Amino acid sequence: MQAQLIRRGRIRRWPPLWLSLALTVGATSSAFAYTAYVTNERDNTVSVVDLDKMQTVKTIQVGQRPRGIVISPDGKFLYICAGDDDIVQIVDTKSQQVVGDLPSGPDPELLALNKTGDLLYLSNENDALVTIIDVKERKALAQIPVGVEPEGMGVSPDGKIVVNTSETTNMAHFIDTDKRDVVANVLVDARPRYAEWKSDGSEVWVSAEVGGTVSVIDPVKHVVTKKITFSVPGLRSEAIQPVGIRFTKDGKLAFVALGPANRVAVVNAQTHEVEKYLLVGQRVWQLAFTPDQKYLISTNGVSNDISVIDVADLKVIKSIQVGSFPWGVAISPE
Amino acid sequence: MISSSRFLPRVSGLALFLFLVVPAPSLVPARAADPAEIRIGYLHLAESKQQPISLLDEPTDDDGIAGARMAVEDNNGTGRFTNQHFSIEDMRLKPSDDAAAAAKSLIDKGILLIVVDLPPGMVLTAADAGRASGATLFDAGSSDDSLREEDCRANVIHTAPTRSMLADALAQYLAWKRWQRWLLVTGSHPQDALYADALKRAAKRFGSTIVEERIFKDTGGARRTDTGIVQTQRQMPVFTQNAPAYDVLVAADESNVFAGYLPYRTWDARPVAGSAGLVPTSWDPAHDSWGAVQMQNRFIKLAHRRMKAIDMQAWTAVRMIGEGATRTQSADPAKIVAYIKSPSFEIAAFKGQKLTLRDWNLQLRQPILLSDGRTVVSVSPQEGYLHQTSELDTLGYDRPETKCKLN
Repeated sequence: MQAQLIRRGRIRRWPPLWLSLALTVGATSSAFAYTAYVTNERDNTVSVVDLDKMQTVKTIQVGQRPRGIVISPDGKFLYICAGDDDIVQIVDTKSQQVVGDLPSGPDPELLALNKTGDLLYLSNENDALVTIIDVKERKALAQIPVGVEPEGMGVSPDGKIVVNTSETTNMAHFIDTDKRDVVANVLVDARPRYAEWKSDGSEVWVSAEVGGTVSVIDPVKHVVTKKITFSVPGLRSEAIQPVGIRFTKDGKLAFVALGPANRVAVVNAQTHEVEKYLLVGQRVWQLAFTPDQKYLISTNGVSNDISVIDVADLKVIKSIQVGSFPWGVAISPE
Repeated sequence: MISSSRFLPRVSGLALFLFLVVPAPSLVPARAADPAEIRIGYLHLAESKQQPISLLDEPTDDDGIAGARMAVEDNNGTGRFTNQHFSIEDMRLKPSDDAAAAAKSLIDKGILLIVVDLPPGMVLTAADAGRASGATLFDAGSSDDSLREEDCRANVIHTAPTRSMLADALAQYLAWKRWQRWLLVTGSHPQDALYADALKRAAKRFGSTIVEERIFKDTGGARRTDTGIVQTQRQMPVFTQNAPAYDVLVAADESNVFAGYLPYRTWDARPVAGSAGLVPTSWDPAHDSWGAVQMQNRFIKLAHRRMKAIDMQAWTAVRMIGEGATRTQSADPAKIVAYIKSPSFEIAAFKGQKLTLRDWNLQLRQPILLSDGRTVVSVSPQEGYLHQTSELDTLGYDRPETKCKLN
C-alpha cells in the first residue's frame, strides 16, 4: 500500500512502506546525513535542506541575486555567485555564515570548481570573460575573453579543459587550463546554458535553452556528434528549455532539467535516447545528486520548491519548500 | 582586448601587477585568411522633428541604429571565432528622398542585406528597386499589416511586430482581466485609423465590445506651452464625458497627439491602454526577465541611453543576419537569407522563447510585452490561447487569413 500526497493538484506517491522504513533506519547512520544548499535568487538567501528530514532547516542571508553555487570537496565551504553584488561569497557550512568573498569580476552567474577544490572558474556575463580564481589565495589568476554572455562552466574530469558556453554567441568554448586560452569553439543551438562532462571524459553535453536541444560534443575532435531533442505530448515545443545536466557515475543515465516544461528528462547516456520525463515543480533549472547518487535534487524556480527524485526508481518522491525563486543547488559530500 | 578596468579594484596589488605585465594570450591561434566581411546597410530617415507628448519620449539621433550597432558588436564577438566580420553602412534619407536610389547606391557598393526603418511606401520602393539585384530588406520600423498582407514581398523580412500583433496582445490581456467593454478613442490621422482597425479586429477576436468610438481631432498647435497643463486638465475629462458604461479606455494615437494626456484625466475613473497607459510593444527599457538585464546593460554601455523598441527591432534584424552567417559559415547574402527563411532558423531575443519566421509572409513571430512605462505588466500570448502550430500565431493575421502571396 502506498500513501499519497496531494499537492498543487498533482498526486505524488510516497515511496513504498519498506523504503520509508529503510530511510528511517538509515537516518540514524551518518551515511545519510546529506545537506542540500539551495540559492534563492529573489530572496538573497540560501536554504539549508536536511535530506534526512526532507525539510528546510535553516535560511542563510547572502548577497544580492545568488545563483551559481558549489561546495568545496571537503564540504567546509560554499562558493556562491552574488551577481548583483559582483562578488563570489564564501559561506562556512559549519557556522552557516558568510565568512569572506572572492574577487569574481562583474556579474558572476555560474561557477565550477576543479576536483581538488583549489581553482574556481566563473563566467562574467556582462564582460564576456571567464575568470580563474585561486581559492586559497583568494585572488584572480587570469581572465579569458570568450563569446557574448558567457554562462555554463564544465571542468573536465582530468581538470585540463574547462568548457564555457556563451549565450548570445551560441558556442561551447574549450579552454586549456594550463595555457589559460581558448583552444576550440563548437557551435551549438540558441542560448547554451550549461556544460557537463561524462565522468570518463568521453563526451561533453551542452544544453541550449532557447534551441531546446542538448548537443553531445566529442571533446577531442571538437564536433557535435549528436543532438538530443525532447518532446512532451500536449506541451508546446517552445516550453522545452533544457538547462541543468547531470550524469550518473556509471555513465549510463543522464538527467536534463527542461525549464518551463516542468520536467526532468531521463536520457540513456549511451544511446542518447530519451527514456522518460519526470514531472517536477515549475521552471526547473539546476540539478544535483546526493554523493551516493540515491537522490537527484531539482530546483524549481516558479513553484519555490525543490523536487527529490529517487534515482533507482526514476520517481519523484517529495517536494520541499525553499525560498523564493530557487536557482542553484549544491550537496554536502557527507 | 576587452577592458578589464572594472575588474581592477578587486585584485590585490601583486595580482594586479602580474595581470598588467603578463601579456594576455591572443584569443585564437593566428589565422591564415582575413575574416570574411559581411556588410549590412541601414536605411532610415533623418531625425524626426515631431515632438512627443512626454519629454521622456524625445527621439534621439541614434534611435534604431544603436541597436543595429550593438548587434554588429555581438556578431563580431562570434565572428572572432568563426573568422567573420560584420559592419554597418549608415544611410539617412529625407522623407522626400528617393528610396529606390538609396537602395541602389547601397547595392552598387555590394551591400545586399539592408535593414530599413522607413515609412511603408518607402519600404516597398526600396524593396522593388533591390529585387533584381538579389537584395533583401529587413523591415525593423514599420508595423503596417499591409506590408505582410496584400503588399508583401519575397525580399522583405519583418522584425517589427504588426499593429494586429500589438492589438491582439493587448486584447488577450484585457480579456484575462475581464476588462471587456472598451471606449475606443481614435486620432484623426490615417495611421491612427489603421491602429484603430487592428484594435477593433482584436476586440472581436477575443470577445470584447467597443461601447463607443470617439475621434480626437488634431487641430495642430505646439506640444509645449508654459501653462499647457491647465487646459489639458479641463479638456480631457470633458472629452471623455457621457460615455456608455465601459471598463477601459483604449486609445489609437500613433501620431502622439492626445493619448499621453488621457491617464488620470478621464471623466470616469478608468484605466487607459493602447497608445498610452498599458502599451503593447516589442521591447521596453524596464524589461528584465529572461536574461534581458544583460541586454539592457550592454546597450546602456554602448549607447549611453536606455533601449527602445526600435533599437530591439534593429538589433534582432542584424542578429538574424549574424545567425545566418554563423550557421552557414558563409558571407554570401543569398546563403544567409536562405538559412533565415529555412525551417531550421530560430533566434534568441530575451523574450523567454525562441523567435521564428512565419514562412507565409516573412514576419518574425514574437511575444509582445505590455508596459505601463515603469514596469512590464504582462507578456502575451496569455496562457490558454492555444494554437496548433505556435501560440505566437494567436497574435496577428494567421496563415489561413493571409492575403500574402510570396513569389
